[in-house]
This record gives sequence, structure tokens and C-alpha cells, in this order.
Amino acid sequence: MLQLVLINLFRNPLRSALTLGSVLVALFLYSSLGAVLDSLQATADSGSRERLATRHAIALTNFLPYDYKDRILSIPGVKRVCTQVWFGGLIGGQRQRITQFAVDDDFWPMYTKDLQIVEWSEPQVAMSVPPDHDPHLAAYHAERTACIVGRGVMKKKGWKLGQTIHLQGTRYRGDWDMTIRGVYVKLPGGSWNEDLILFHNEYLVEKGMGGKPSTGVFKVELSDPSQSAAIATQIDAMFENSDNATKTESEQAFGAGFISMFGNVPFALRVIGLAVVFTILVISANTMVMAVRERTSEIAVLKTLGFTDGAVFGMVVAEAAILTTGGGIAGALLAKFGLQGKPLAFIPAMTITWATVLTAILIAIGLGMVSGFIPAWQASRLRIVDALRRVD
Amino acid sequence: MAIPFAYNVRNVMQRPVATLTTAIGVALTIAVLLAAFALAEGFRSTLSSTGSDANVLILRDGADSEVTSGLSLEMASILSAHPNVALAASGRPLASFEMVTTINLPRVGQKGASNIKVRGLSMDDIGMRITPKIVEGRTFTPGTDEIIVGDRIAPRFAHCRVGDEIKLQKRPFKVVGRFTTEGSSFESEIWGDARALAPVFHREGGYQIGVLRMKDPSAFEAMKKEWEADPRLGIHAERERVFYESQSAGTTGLIRGLGIFITAIMAIGALFGAANTMFAAVANRGREIATLLVLGFSPIAVMTSFVVESTIVALIGGVFGCLIALPINGITTSTTNFQSFSEVAFQFRVTPQLLVTALVFSAVLGALGGLFPAVRAANQPLARGLRGG
Repeated sequence: MLQLVLINLFRNPLRSALTLGSVLVALFLYSSLGAVLDSLQATADSGSRERLATRHAIALTNFLPYDYKDRILSIPGVKRVCTQVWFGGLIGGQRQRITQFAVDDDFWPMYTKDLQIVEWSEPQVAMSVPPDHDPHLAAYHAERTACIVGRGVMKKKGWKLGQTIHLQGTRYRGDWDMTIRGVYVKLPGGSWNEDLILFHNEYLVEKGMGGKPSTGVFKVELSDPSQSAAIATQIDAMFENSDNATKTESEQAFGAGFISMFGNVPFALRVIGLAVVFTILVISANTMVMAVRERTSEIAVLKTLGFTDGAVFGMVVAEAAILTTGGGIAGALLAKFGLQGKPLAFIPAMTITWATVLTAILIAIGLGMVSGFIPAWQASRLRIVDALRRVD
Repeated sequence: MAIPFAYNVRNVMQRPVATLTTAIGVALTIAVLLAAFALAEGFRSTLSSTGSDANVLILRDGADSEVTSGLSLEMASILSAHPNVALAASGRPLASFEMVTTINLPRVGQKGASNIKVRGLSMDDIGMRITPKIVEGRTFTPGTDEIIVGDRIAPRFAHCRVGDEIKLQKRPFKVVGRFTTEGSSFESEIWGDARALAPVFHREGGYQIGVLRMKDPSAFEAMKKEWEADPRLGIHAERERVFYESQSAGTTGLIRGLGIFITAIMAIGALFGAANTMFAAVANRGREIATLLVLGFSPIAVMTSFVVESTIVALIGGVFGCLIALPINGITTSTTNFQSFSEVAFQFRVTPQLLVTALVFSAVLGALGGLFPAVRAANQPLARGLRGG
């Protein structure tokens, strides 16, 4: 039986190849669109539920006074607060997928489970590092214009440890030189990606803010994460009647907020994905109908030999399913291995989950079933007498 | 001699199901192509229809969007005093210095929130840039906590209907009107009096941007050079329209790139489909083709005929695709322009040019898909074909 199916698949290799090819590109496209959605989701999920993010109530573009930090710290249950300012500098005169943040020193102990320093410079003079800091940050702490760079950026730009890089300010005017004193990688399950440049908040305050520190976001670490909702309310209540009211949410919700700025884009990608699958369904169904029609008399012979209607039905469906499943697996895997980790537009590194790959393959199998159904049904209903009498 | 066109038309009609399925494949490809390009075109035209070439827009040196810029009062007066700045009848320079920032508002009918651009200005001064047309309510009263909301943003975000209030810090700002500006990106903004808004955002004593009318627009380059070299200023000057168009470049490129990627892949699928259908057509009509060759039609004529046939089918699909995509024309959607970190609402624009491109593309798809089957048809051995295929 299976052999018969295989023989049929190879009787017109060109047609089989074309069908397989169109299913392949369709599922490649479907997986790629899924990858964009996955990557957006990964960005949204990258923040922790256990940490809080406090920003200005009006919008992220408005800044909060730096001294809010101490006031947030005074709330019982708050373990640590760090600040983070988006810098937005240009590298080589261009906007790139390399985000730069000015962070204060409390950033590092807060994210030890997320980021790991894998390459570091030794400090020129012996430096004592605060007890909860990674000792590898000694050189960074010793130098005001030092920065720590993600491994992704290092690879992309071909930078070396110890090199001085040049950023051109946008929001903060002027030329900014920084020396790479460490390279980090993202730890499994950690926040952030490997496409960041992180540098001293003091450098930014001194050179860019005229010595008056303010910040875009406070990240808040709690002693007891189960208290997060209560403490978030408490923080906002504290500043409600001040000149700068705050909005506090979980770090994860904060990240998800960026995704919602895309508006309808994720929906549009889903619609396109469906349109693609439907198109290919029509095309492959058409191919199967043609493939079966040209062997009408052959099927009649099979039936004469004693093959049941069900067997004939199964054979035709199997033929379609093999074609589409092959194409689907190839297309989905091509997307998985071809796009994983690659940058695309605003996404620094694409993420494709196995769930997406599996969905694509299941769709391919379904596609085969559905597109094989009509010709299979026709073939199984075929009356031997009619078919053998028919002359094409 | 060429094979009559009617032969192809009849053949197409002979196999309605195969024709239809192939056409649907092409139609959906074309529809997706049109949708993506209509989106990119809508976004681009919204931003490039913002501003005039007679105005010069000033940003602080290095700033790449209105929101990240900043100008001092002193800079404003130096700029206004330039001899190439046009004057109003009253003798005042035609210049508008504005506060630009964003506020975060929840979406309506969709989860999440986004940033809306807020422009603090003086209605008299903005008049030299554009006069908003109030379509509901009235304009804001100078000096009060009143704001007006752009027509494209109003229905998409909470608290933006006339009569609503937006609370900024502790102050409630009342929405008193809804305005349009001939489709420009100003329709995605909230406007109010700078004197009322600036304190809320701690922006007193300065502006984000300035726009000045030039007496002689052709002297722009000289003016720009002079200003950008002035050590007291530290600014960057750009023609107003050019600036807004450049703000669209990133997102337009992104949508277009994504559109090309998706269309290219779908086109390959559609191409395979068309080729498959034509191969089947050729296989079924072996005897017919052989007869044509025996009658004296040249192989070239047979080949051309099959390419034409495939093109007809694809064109039918192309027309269907255009029909599917046409209704999206004018639908408003919005996304964040990451260049300015604020939401821009815009309409899908299916232009006649786009439609023509789409039809040509579908014809090319058909011709390419028909090419190899046509070559096979023209080259098939006569004797075998006549014996029955």
C-alpha cells in the first residue's frame, strides 16, 4: 500500500516537487510571521513579575526626580531600587538596534541572575567592589566613562574589550566616548537581551543633565514578591499629590506596554498568516484533484483487483498528506534555523518557539488531509464500470 | 502564424475549477501585496503631507525628533530676528515656537496604551503653519485648561471625546473640540495652549521646536548654513515638510520591507500553483497540441499561446485580488512611530498606481508560471502526442 503511494508520488516528480515547494514556502512564511509574534511576546515576557517598574504617570518621555529613589526605598518591603535612562545615541551616525541605558550602581546587584559578565578588564589600580557586586565589575566602577556591552553587540560591531566607542547624543547633546570594560551574556530565563550598552548614570547626569539627576524608570526589587501589588499602590499613592505623579506596574507589564504600542500590527500578521495558509490550501487541493483525475482508469483497476473504497480513499489522502507534511516540516525548520537569533527591523534577535514550529507542521498535516479529501472522496466513489469505459 | 486568442479564452473556460483555484492563489497574493503597500503608502503620505516647503523647522542639534529636542527662549528670539523670516502685517515675525511631548493614554476597543503627541502652542502662531478645521465643538480658549484632539486619534483613545477630561498631574484638561488638518499627522495629536500645558510638563522657559516662515524659501540653504554655524544656537534646520517626511522613513521602510518579504514568498507559492495547473493543462491536451503542430503552427506560436493562457488566468486572479483589497482603502489604523515615540493614525491608501503595479505583477506571475509548461508543450514529440497522451 505505502509503496503504491510512493510510486504515485514519483510518477510526476515535477508536480510533486512544485506542490511540496509551495507548501514549503507557505509554511516558512507562516513560521516567520509567527516568529515576529513570538519575538514580540518574548520581549513582553522578558521582564520579571516580581520586580516593579515606576515611571512618570503622564508618559515615559517625562522624567522623575532622582531623589524619589530614597523615598521609594523608605517603603517597608522594598529591597533595592535602581534607575535606568534610555540614552538613544547614534553609533556611526545611525540609529541602530543597539539600545543604550545609563544605569546607576544598584542596577548590577539587581540583575545578577539575569546578566553575567563573561569578559572583563582588570582595574588599573586595586579597587574595592561593593560586597553584593560582581567583582568583575571593578574596572567598570573605577572609570566614569566605562561601559558594559552585550555579547550580541560585540559580535555585530566587531568590538574588542578595552576599546573606546563613540556615541553621538540625540536627546543628550554632544559626543560621548565610552570604554568597554566588560562584556555580558544573558543568563537563561533572565531579562534583557544581548544587544545593550550599559553605562554609568553619573556620566549622563554630569555631562547630559547639567548635574541635576532625573530618571526615566525606577526598577524596584522587593523582599517579598507576593507584596508587589500592594507596594505598587503604595508607591503611586506616595507621589500622587506631588509635581510628578508616578505609575508603577510589574516589570513584565511595563515591557508589555511597549508591545501594545504596535497597535494592530500583531493582528495584521495573524490575518496574513491565515491568508497564506488558505492560498496554499487551494493550490495544493487543485494539484491533488488533477493528480487523481489523470489516473481514473488506474484507480478502477485497483478496485477491480479488490482494493476497497476505504483503501483507495486512504491512499489518496496519504499521498496529499506526505507532500504537505514534507513541505511543512522543511518550511518550519528552515524558519526555525534560518531566522533564530537573526535581527529583523526593530527586533534585535528573533525568537521562534518550538510551539510555532509544531503548529506550522500540524497545519501542514491538516492541509494535506483537507486538500486530499475531495479527490480521495471522488476516487473512492468511482464506479469501476464507468471508469473503465471512460476514454480520455 | 499565431494561434487565435479565442482558443486560449475557450480553454480557460473549459476548465473552470482549475482556472478558479489558480486564480484564487494569485488573487490572495495580490491582495496581500496591495494591503502591505497601501499601509506603507498611507503612513508615508500622512507624514509627507505634513508641513510646507516655505517653512523651516528648527530642532536642537543632535535631536532626531520633536520630542527629544529643546530650544531656549534666547534661541527663539535670535532665530525670529533673522532677516529672511517673513513678517506678519502687524510686524511680528511669522514663527511658532511649540512645546511637544507625549502622554500615555489607554486604547479604546483594544488592550494596552500608547503615547500621544501633545503640542502646546499659540493658536495665532500655529496659523502660519496650518489652520485646524474644527469638526466638532470649538477651539480652545487661550490661557485656559482646554485642549482639542485630532480627528484620527479621538475615537481610538480613552478620554479623547469632546466633553471628556484628561487629567495631567492634578489638573483636569477639558476636551472642547475635535479637529482635522487635511490628513496630515497633526490629526494624531492633542493641542492646547502652551502657557497652560508647559507648567504641567515642567517645560516653562523653553520650547521643543520652532517653525519659521521664510521670506524667500529659495534662500533656505544659506539660512540653514548661517544658523547651524552660529555658536549661540546649536541647532539643526530642516524644511518643515522634509522633516516630517524623514520621520516616516523608518516605519515606511519597515512596512514595505515586510510587505515585499511576504509577497515574494506568496508569489513563489502562487507561481508554483500556476505552473502546476499549466503542466496539467499541457498533459491533458497532448493530442490537441500535437494537432496544432501538425496543422503548421510553429512551436513558438504554441509556446506563446500557453504563456498567454497562463497570463489570462493570472490576470483574472489579479483583478480579483484588487477587488478584495479595494475595500481596505480609507480604513484608519494606527501604530507607534518609533522615530517620534508617539502614535500616528493613518489610512490605507490603495492608489491607482498601486493597482496597476499589482496587475502587472499578476501578469508577470502568470507568464513566468506558464513558461516552462509552454516550453514542454512546444517541444513534445509529435508522433507520441498524436497517438494519445
